[in-house]
Amino acid sequence: MSVATSNAPATAASAPESTARRLLRQTEIDPRMIGMIFALMLIWVGFDVYGGIVNGFAAFLTPRNLFNIFVQTASVAVMTTGMVLVIVTRQIDLSVGSILGFTGMVVGVTQVYWLPHIFGVDSPMIWITAVVLAIAFGALIGGFQGWIIAYLGVPSFIVTLGGQLVWRGAAWWVARGETIAPLDDRFSLIGGGSAGSIGFWASWGLCVVGIIAFAAAILAGRGRRQRFGFPLRPVWAEVFVGCLGAAALIWLTWIFNAYNWPTMIAKHYAETHHITEPPGGLKIPYGYAIPVLMAFATGLAMTFLAKRTRFGRYIYAIGGNPEAAALAGVNTKRIVMLVFALMGALAGISACIDSARLDSATNALGQFDELYVIAAAVIGGTSLAGGVGSIYGAMLGALVMQSLQSGMVLIGVDSAVQQMVVGLVLVVAVYLDTIYRQKVK
Amino acid sequence: MDATVSPPSASPLVVMKDISIAFGGIKAVDRASLDLFPGEVVGLLGHNGAGKSTLIKILSGAYKRDAGEILVDGAPVAIDNPRDAKKFGIETIYQTLALADNVDAASNLYLGRELLTRWGTLDDAAMESQARKVMGRLNPNFRRFKDPVSSLSGGQRQSVAIARAIHFNARILIMDEPTAALGPQETAQVGELIKQLKAEGIGIFLISHDIHDVFDLADRIVVMKNGQVVGSARVQDVTKDEVLGMIILGKCPPGATPGLGAMQ
Repeated sequence: MSVATSNAPATAASAPESTARRLLRQTEIDPRMIGMIFALMLIWVGFDVYGGIVNGFAAFLTPRNLFNIFVQTASVAVMTTGMVLVIVTRQIDLSVGSILGFTGMVVGVTQVYWLPHIFGVDSPMIWITAVVLAIAFGALIGGFQGWIIAYLGVPSFIVTLGGQLVWRGAAWWVARGETIAPLDDRFSLIGGGSAGSIGFWASWGLCVVGIIAFAAAILAGRGRRQRFGFPLRPVWAEVFVGCLGAAALIWLTWIFNAYNWPTMIAKHYAETHHITEPPGGLKIPYGYAIPVLMAFATGLAMTFLAKRTRFGRYIYAIGGNPEAAALAGVNTKRIVMLVFALMGALAGISACIDSARLDSATNALGQFDELYVIAAAVIGGTSLAGGVGSIYGAMLGALVMQSLQSGMVLIGVDSAVQQMVVGLVLVVAVYLDTIYRQKVK
Repeated sequence: MDATVSPPSASPLVVMKDISIAFGGIKAVDRASLDLFPGEVVGLLGHNGAGKSTLIKILSGAYKRDAGEILVDGAPVAIDNPRDAKKFGIETIYQTLALADNVDAASNLYLGRELLTRWGTLDDAAMESQARKVMGRLNPNFRRFKDPVSSLSGGQRQSVAIARAIHFNARILIMDEPTAALGPQETAQVGELIKQLKAEGIGIFLISHDIHDVFDLADRIVVMKNGQVVGSARVQDVTKDEVLGMIILGKCPPGATPGLGAMQ
């Protein structure tokens, strides 16, 4: 009888199937990712067309708007990569916004009041120390909460709900509610902006490096499968996936390079650098913004962690069946604690991005972020039942949420209505995902 | 069967001596003793709640005993967690199979013992290759190496769990209701597998409700009731009815060696 069941899918696959279905199967692209990208395109084009028709000005699909959306997504995107893993282990973290607020205050106060005394004003050590402190504080706080959850057995919902209040209060307490500004000049580059972007040539350089790395990864994967004599993807499918990835990278680089510095800043730059302005003004492209690059790097690192390391494998195994993981000899408590520490560290990185972007640390930094971070993960296909979720899905989810919000601002939707729409979209997205899962089963 | 039974002079693979464990004041296992010789199959019988699964989970490291001693190859050992047990070559096929449903067969096979590349990353290709080999032996029709095990049939899941237990050179194998989820044909396959492993000198604890299964496969039976051992006997020395009497009444027949739980 096992013969019949194991052969069933194979015979189904050899029956005539639609071209789209065959394309998906042979390229091994996750259909859910196609769905998300399709939804994203729909949102982008929808807002653009609506703006064009109703307001007479299609502002959405402009390099400027897309640039800003990517920069604004960075902070939530960084955190959601950790939230995926938290939710995959069947836990939740409601404290990330408050951890962000607290670590943001810590980096603000240290770099404004303390570090200049140690390293001297304008020392490059200031921003480095501040970033390291943010990550370390975040990891410590997250790890402490994780320890209570894993070793003392208090449910994560309660521990992190308490943490949300504790660390928000602590953020106030660090500087008695003062706003700390301005921050170190180098540190502020982390937030993006005209100086916080890497420019035209560096962006294209990165693009080329990215394409080469992508091609190398495809080839390496193919080589590995070949060595063990496993079935390979057809060559055209590999080429297709490779071209798709390269096209996406080129498009993204083009967008970031198509957005130029504001004319007055470019004018000022030309004057200070003794460049004669060409007619029509100097055009200086931004290129990739640093926070966006940080989000990409985080996404890659976290994907590596989740897919290619023991730690990641155990996280998913615990989510699938905690008892089985423990019986297989996995130290489940330690893994759960470390996942929370990782989440805290990511909140620390986001604290740097957010405070640098504002060029100040305030104790309201990151308020309600936990909701956006969780929503992004869930929209991105993470199952609250645990065991299922992907890093890239969650990051796409963050982009979908930010696109919705920015789009509504652009076409002039009331802020109250904006909230309602985002809430509804969250529920509908999860409903659609539930239907999809049932169909797959 | 008698000729292959190890002579009494051979030293036991594992001895569990006066093991006790209590959960909230209830003695789930009370001063129970067991032993197992190389190439021997010991059937562990008893009602639900008799303590057989608990006793065996102490050996596999899932529970920590309150009292008693475990000897492997005659030397006392500390088994505090599943990792310790595996270190001594004790592998377990749990009744629930204990598979992580959301990951594929190879990941389950190597869960906790992943193969790594020289950079310390997971070597999925090598693990899949090994999985294909071992599954090819157990269940030649198995093809679905990329799917999460939740999408497999009961028999396929069972073969993944069995593959995991025998792949790492087990010396002592614990099978907790290995055929509960299987049809007749697959049950027969498991029976064949047990005989094959036995011939390789592996000692097997077989926990089962099915007294016929146990009589077919085991060399010896041990019956438990209310956390205590009623008695043990070589299968040829007792009848099925007598064993039923041991299970239900705790009555030890003349052919069996009585334990603590035997009715006086």
